[in-house]
Amino acid sequence: MWLIKSEEEINPEYGKSPNDRTLEELINSAVIITDKHAGPTSHTITAWLRDIFNVKLAGHSGTLVTI
Amino acid sequence: MPVLTGLNKEYVGVMHLHKEVPEDILRNIIVEKFIGKIRQRPPVKSAVARVEREREIYFFDILEVDGKDVLFKVGCEAGTYIRKLIHDLGQALKVGAHMSELRRTKVGNFTENQTHSLVEIRDAYEFWKEDKDETDLRKILFPVEYATMHVKRVFVKDSAVDAVCNGSPLYPKGITRIQKEIIRGETVAIMTLKEELIALGISKMTSEEMLKRKTGTAVRVDRVLMSRGIYPKWDKA
Repeated sequence: MWLIKSEEEINPEYGKSPNDRTLEELINSAVIITDKHAGPTSHTITAWLRDIFNVKLAGHSGTLVTI
Repeated sequence: MPVLTGLNKEYVGVMHLHKEVPEDILRNIIVEKFIGKIRQRPPVKSAVARVEREREIYFFDILEVDGKDVLFKVGCEAGTYIRKLIHDLGQALKVGAHMSELRRTKVGNFTENQTHSLVEIRDAYEFWKEDKDETDLRKILFPVEYATMHVKRVFVKDSAVDAVCNGSPLYPKGITRIQKEIIRGETVAIMTLKEELIALGISKMTSEEMLKRKTGTAVRVDRVLMSRGIYPKWDKA
């Protein structure tokens, strides 16, 4: 499955495993899967979510997946 | 990037036949002509060129028949028009048919039971803001790495992270581990040693080339997802 080019040690000084993210960090980089009711467009829903979470950027990738 | 749009889909829908058709005939025509590779021309209202193209139907099940209304479930390749599929099925049955309802139930490995309504999301956010309760929100927010699980991965040294965050190409000497069977021109996920997603890029080398070569561009960075400054700038000296 993997080709190993070099062995490196993990440095705890910067970065962290995705599982260790604080909620603030998670909000800024999360994927949400929404069940969009008929009516509003995906674009509207994305704008609502951006406002609810007060983040700068939000995008979507078709119905059923919002980033 | 077609990271999410290129994924297979599943749908549940209702088709309305313009005349009743015996169920066995319906099932036979579907098996004969509408499973496996099919050809279809996108409809008038579509974002793509109206050129006939091939798509694959992985399964097409009839769940329930009620007179002229038929409940179906279909699994298909990205870019398949279900409305057109039903129209073409109606033609093949010689009675005509149209799609009256459609619901997408799966995108790649993302399923309906991973979804949340806007109300649930808003409430979960309020629980956190007002009551400091993280539980519901943590069930809703997936790490961005989850969205690229299906993309082949290239892991890089800490010294290469900041450059990639700034859009610089990834060179072989920054790479530590490569997923096998990457071909040139494929979308790949560039990851840190701690399994954080840095960016999505297009491979310019195969997995073997990335392993063996010392120079040249291994991956052209296309979409950066990690914020700058999390990993330090590395001086070449």
